[in-house]
Amino acid sequence: MILLGELSLWVALLMAAWTTMVSFAGGVQGRMDLVHSGKRSLYATFVFTVVASAGLLTALFTHDFSIKFVASYTSINLPKIYTFTAFWAGQAGSLLFWALVLTAYSAVAVASSWKNNKPLMPWVIGTLGAVCLFFLMALCFGANPYERLDWTPADGRGMNPQLQNPAMAIHPPLLYLGLIAAAVPFAFAVGALITRKLDTEWLAAVRRWALLSWFFLTLGLVLGGWWAYVELGWGGYWAWDAVENSAFLPWLTGTAFLHSIMIQEKRGMLRKWNVTLVMATFLLTILGTFITRSGVINSVHAFSQSPVGDWFLGFLVLATALSVYLIATRLNDLQANVELESMVSREAAFLYNNLALVGICFATLWGTLYPILSEWLLGGKQEIGPEFFNAVNGPLGLLLLMLTGVGPLIAWRRASTVNLKRQFTWPLTAGAVVFVTLFALGMRDPYALMTYLLAGFVTGTIVQEFVKGIAARRRMYEEKLAPAAFRLVTRNRRRYGGYIVHFGVVVMFCAFGGLMFRSDFQMLLKTGDAQTHTDAYGHTWTFTSRGISQFDFLNRQVTAATVAATRDGKDMGLMVSEKRMHVNTQGQQNFEASTEVYILSSPKQDVYMVFTGMADKDTAAIHIFFNPLVMWAWVGGIVMAIGGLIVMWPQATARARQGGYVAELPSAARETLVGAGV
Amino acid sequence: MQGISLGTAPSRRRLVKARSKFIIGALIVGSTSGYLAMTSIKDTAQYYLTPTDLAAKVQNEPRFIDKGVKVGALVVKGTINRDPSGRSLSFKMTDGGHTYPVSYVGIAPDTFTDGVEVVVEGKLDSQGTFHATTLLAKCSSRYENAPEKTMPGYDNYKNTPGYKNSPTRGA
Repeated sequence: MILLGELSLWVALLMAAWTTMVSFAGGVQGRMDLVHSGKRSLYATFVFTVVASAGLLTALFTHDFSIKFVASYTSINLPKIYTFTAFWAGQAGSLLFWALVLTAYSAVAVASSWKNNKPLMPWVIGTLGAVCLFFLMALCFGANPYERLDWTPADGRGMNPQLQNPAMAIHPPLLYLGLIAAAVPFAFAVGALITRKLDTEWLAAVRRWALLSWFFLTLGLVLGGWWAYVELGWGGYWAWDAVENSAFLPWLTGTAFLHSIMIQEKRGMLRKWNVTLVMATFLLTILGTFITRSGVINSVHAFSQSPVGDWFLGFLVLATALSVYLIATRLNDLQANVELESMVSREAAFLYNNLALVGICFATLWGTLYPILSEWLLGGKQEIGPEFFNAVNGPLGLLLLMLTGVGPLIAWRRASTVNLKRQFTWPLTAGAVVFVTLFALGMRDPYALMTYLLAGFVTGTIVQEFVKGIAARRRMYEEKLAPAAFRLVTRNRRRYGGYIVHFGVVVMFCAFGGLMFRSDFQMLLKTGDAQTHTDAYGHTWTFTSRGISQFDFLNRQVTAATVAATRDGKDMGLMVSEKRMHVNTQGQQNFEASTEVYILSSPKQDVYMVFTGMADKDTAAIHIFFNPLVMWAWVGGIVMAIGGLIVMWPQATARARQGGYVAELPSAARETLVGAGV
Repeated sequence: MQGISLGTAPSRRRLVKARSKFIIGALIVGSTSGYLAMTSIKDTAQYYLTPTDLAAKVQNEPRFIDKGVKVGALVVKGTINRDPSGRSLSFKMTDGGHTYPVSYVGIAPDTFTDGVEVVVEGKLDSQGTFHATTLLAKCSSRYENAPEKTMPGYDNYKNTPGYKNSPTRGA
């Protein structure tokens, strides 16, 4: 099986090369038989990549430590679930996982759009084939998961304990699912540009994939933040780290696209811009992969320096050159036939929304690449801290939050004063009430006040939309409240799903506002000693050390510090933070010590405790963070994901014909098998 | 959806006006962001240097003393000196070319040991001592960790019965 998998990898490489060649040739010569061959060999690429992946999984589960990848990331005593997730825990395996998802997406995209977008197909298949070809080349020549060691260790090195976490098991694949989905819109954009069929038709196919990509990226980013928060022990969930940023960048352009596409659908504007966003999103996923895998930028969770980086850089340069060339030579075809009519219109609101999103994208990109740029241009490597990102992206984020409320309420083309008054009176009142209440309660931070004012306003707009919609249904169809609400959402999934996403964004911004009131302190506590601190709400906390204990547990030696916490004299229970020393089956330490933090979580705030070290055997060094409202960042993420699901869910009538990605898979797989057999 | 102004094609003049208004708005947003970016880069950008780089910089520009920098280096073995209270420590860092004494007030992370790679943020004083305000210890092999023959455990590995009976030998 392992040998079969290794061979399949090479066959998949050849298949992808064939796909690319014949599809482009078929497109140039207008020969559909070649394109058919390309389609079939694209399906075959997928099948062989599946076999290659199955081979690697077999190697992982049979503990074949002669394979470097298996020996590097797993050990005999590693729990089964993490033996499985080791598939994407290391460089080579995660590339194979990437290729697997990419070929699967490609097969599904081609199978589901074959009939509706036939003229584009030669180029779509060719482009997807080329992207697959690149990844398979990077796999075969850059980082081959089947590379052998010239000796067989008795046991592998095992998995980094920080990766042994449920969030880490699903966070990378979710991000990959999101990043890779950006390749399909890119392929369609290339096809549309080459054939100059730049009407709105290609956008329909693209929109679904852009949504899918957005959905998984959102989930992946939120889960990544949660993992960093519970596992890395620095008390926060977002550090503007290069790797975090590299997944955030395509999310920004993807979100911008999902908004600006509506303007093109409704008004025929922004055609150049939309094509640019689609291509930029894909290029940013490749740039992000390059940053993550090449080791050019220091990051807490980068892969180590590796030759794969050169492959990605080369591919990035090629793909960028192609994109720029295609857009530049088709500018005339992309000319919009409609212009912006008024500053007070939904178009203008969407334009500013795009401006803010792309602005954040630029600032983040600049900050991420600054260490490299400064080394080239200023002759010394400089790094910039999170303050930079917060200073630039904070105001842009608030502008975005405001537009979240304004956009859906304002009329297309040109809003009248009556329209403005009718739509904005209540939401603005809601925002003002929130502002005054918080100010009266003693909140003075301007950033936070602004955030909550806007949060109140946007929530007001969303509630108003639901109330109006439900009231209209009840009048027209004489429905009861609950069914009216349900049908309102299910009959207009795109609109109301979007509002739910917006509400998730608001909840998340409320959590960000809480960051303004973070505080932390370090204490050295002898057993029995106590210290008192006050949090942002004015509560008095007392922390009393109950001592340090040491014990062995499973595959680790644990040192635990226990602290009893009281809030305003009320017992809040024990907080235990552990230092873990990980050992392998031979009893040797195989990883750096890791720290398990303790989080006393509540809707108001998290009290976050880190056992940082021992000054002597009964004096614990403890770092405590008061983190207000952190829980709402996760809640906001979940709400956004639910909203995204509602938007993506195919409408009942259209379901049979269009199909979602889930419904499409089995039939695609069937076709794939048929395709491989021919 | 409400209040759509129907029919009449907008006049050319209004289109130009709307467009230039949008551009002015975009310029305001853009330049504000640009301004914020420039000022915050000045405030937060820090050189990331090796001790040798730092020595060269200090020699060329004396103003480098007392300027906040980040330095990546190795901890010289046997030089860690911990204060009994556990609140501060000193050690020497090197990159092979240049060595600087470092003093740090705070609790060191537990990955901080002899010979490890550290990143310190802080200032160099005129006596040549580096005063660190943050201290990060990096584990060099974080994600890439193939078993190596140079590893101390290699001989042990080879001699354990598990080596010969390894489930996959010869597979």
